[in-house]
Amino acid sequence: MSNLLTVSPSPHVHSSDSTQKIMYRVVYAMIPAMAWGIFMFGFDAIRVGLIAIISCLAFEYLIQKYLMKVKPTVTDGSALITGILLAFNVPSNIPWWIIVIGAMAAMGIGKLSFGGLGANIFNPALVGRVFLLISFPVQMTSWPVNRLAEVDTVTSATPLGLIKEGISNGIPVSQIQGLPQISDMFLGIGGGSLGEISALLLILGGLYMIWKKVITWQIPVSILLTVLVVSGAFWMVNPEIYVNPVIHLFTGGLMLGAIFMATDMVTSPMSPKGQIIYGIGIGLITISIRMFGAYPEGISFAILIMNAATPLLNMYIKPKRFGGK
Amino acid sequence: MLKTFKIGGVHPPENKLSKDKKIEVLPLPKTVFIPVAQHIGAPATPVVKRGDEVKVGQVIAQSSSFVSTNIHSSVSGKVKKVDFAADSSGYPKQGIFIDVEGDEWVEQIDRSNDLVKEISIDGPEIIKKIQEAGIVGLGGATFPTHVKLVPPKGMKAEVLLINGVECEPYLTSDHRLMLEKTEEILVGIQLLMKAMNVDKAVIGIENNKPDAIKLLIQKCKSYNGIRVQALKVQYPQGGEKQLINAVTGKEVPSGGLPIAVGAVVSNVGTAFAVYEAIQKNKPLIERVVTITGKGVEKPSNFMVRIGTATSELVEAAGGVPENTGKIISGGPMMGRAIRTLDVPVTKGTSGILLMKNEEANRGECISCIRCSRCTAVCPMGLEPYLLMTLGEKQIFDRAENERIMDCIECGSCSYTCPSNRPLLDYIRFGKGKVGAIMRSRKK
Repeated sequence: MSNLLTVSPSPHVHSSDSTQKIMYRVVYAMIPAMAWGIFMFGFDAIRVGLIAIISCLAFEYLIQKYLMKVKPTVTDGSALITGILLAFNVPSNIPWWIIVIGAMAAMGIGKLSFGGLGANIFNPALVGRVFLLISFPVQMTSWPVNRLAEVDTVTSATPLGLIKEGISNGIPVSQIQGLPQISDMFLGIGGGSLGEISALLLILGGLYMIWKKVITWQIPVSILLTVLVVSGAFWMVNPEIYVNPVIHLFTGGLMLGAIFMATDMVTSPMSPKGQIIYGIGIGLITISIRMFGAYPEGISFAILIMNAATPLLNMYIKPKRFGGK
Repeated sequence: MLKTFKIGGVHPPENKLSKDKKIEVLPLPKTVFIPVAQHIGAPATPVVKRGDEVKVGQVIAQSSSFVSTNIHSSVSGKVKKVDFAADSSGYPKQGIFIDVEGDEWVEQIDRSNDLVKEISIDGPEIIKKIQEAGIVGLGGATFPTHVKLVPPKGMKAEVLLINGVECEPYLTSDHRLMLEKTEEILVGIQLLMKAMNVDKAVIGIENNKPDAIKLLIQKCKSYNGIRVQALKVQYPQGGEKQLINAVTGKEVPSGGLPIAVGAVVSNVGTAFAVYEAIQKNKPLIERVVTITGKGVEKPSNFMVRIGTATSELVEAAGGVPENTGKIISGGPMMGRAIRTLDVPVTKGTSGILLMKNEEANRGECISCIRCSRCTAVCPMGLEPYLLMTLGEKQIFDRAENERIMDCIECGSCSYTCPSNRPLLDYIRFGKGKVGAIMRSRKK
């Protein structure tokens, strides 16, 4: 009998939670926003989603199997998340080959070149998005109108794009034409990338992830509060050239970024204190780019920059040790 | 309001299968193997030889230094040999083999069940008797109790904390003892208070034992200075530092002893042993052992003579189930997997846990995703993921700076890691190396 027993060091029990389960919880949290995107943009949204997911999974498998010669980890759910996030970050009318290039950048450069899951410094989906934004600026910023819009045009600018253009042409904010109602922005009745339009559904997904302990509140709350406070301060000083902070909160990719991309475990700090500093950093960079930068939206760059600061935050911000000192 | 410790902690499934099973006296074994090192500190020196007749309670190995303790015969009979055999660590240890004949006790021992409340001796005498009776911490650490009761120079104990937490899943020996030997434990606590010269004692019990909490609250009214503190169920609350933190709010400084914050912690089992040693003249020759597991036919709590082979307990609980994959001496979080059932029950054996095949193996280890759960659950506020890497890469100076020696090896990090990483394995390795480096520096 004795040679049949397992002998190993303690502990002998495990919580039975797994990385795969965590990844799939993130996927579940994205379902409402995904469904809304499909409803608003129709078949195109399904097309973009499928191409993004399949090409992310395929690149992970092929690169791991044939270039890295390691056991492929496509089933762990992380490549699936990257695929969905990449689809969330592009307009629904984007050509299929651009998505494939984005997936290659995301998986190849963003993730596997660092060694794969857990080793990457930057959020892979954002690497893909920014790669596309710089390579294909036209395709990445011409947005299809959604099915609830009552206009005849095929594409439209996003609220942030309208504001940026208006302000740089010297038009006061109050006279910029074509801005949607704030309530519409909150609900998601407006233009934009596939998964970013409905703040409400993104918040719902975020609450689910906080409830399931996939993410903590620190990162999204500190990002959103920073954006709110800083843009609010400027707006109070001069509402003619600075936009209502609530518009900042509910437009563009801020919600999507704050809830689903900045919170990526691998690329965000581990201690709650570090997470707050990281969140404030993202908020400040985002709002600076939005108000003073060349791009109408800055959340992607902000997250990537703070991703780079994450190892430093992990190194210098220590948890509170038992027994002081 | 239930109290608990402030940093970290996990709550594994409790699985207290044997909590309603009364303590049964296990029939006498045919032979016993009593190791001479059942405690932290120097092993005792055998004082019997082959062929000697021994009685129950007779000293068979003498304490060799201050941090050491006596070993008594738990049975009567003839010494078969003094030899080496494996204990639960798996390593051969010196010990005394005795063939059991009859059940003859040393005369001075009071074997009756009558409660003796009257305390007739003073503090230093109590400590001396505790030392003679071979009492060690029965919670599992097996540190000689008399050493704890004498504070280092310049320090003063203010409060005695009694550990009735039993935070390890499955184990119920302390729970049963609190229910069945309630007054004996309370008298034992008074003896410890007198020995330490303190007037306050707090019994910490987790809230998953409401019957024990109720009973002790009711009974302790007639004992001065003793109170019960109900605690939220949270592992590793039975850890000395965590219990002190939960009850008093104080934190034992890094590298320091509980006495640094004026506390001394003893287990309820230890309090019971102190009662027996002083009021009944009975040295530590038996203890309560839980035998449990999901496949075990009759999960039970046995009063077992020290030195009894583990196999006897398992037989009494219905034998080894068909699909047993792992046997653990102790609880599932900090216990030790044993290779065979031939190992003896020693003073530190709180339970024997039989796990099924499907529970015996770890899941596949994959990459760390920096989810930070290990840091969130670490009760010492450490960063297990970092300490693991430093251990793995053998960067010991940094591991020391990151306070690897503060780790209490509770296993919460490995328990919680979703990627099944062997955090504690590498941290233990690092601790061993860093400890050796620190000792060589002192020389």
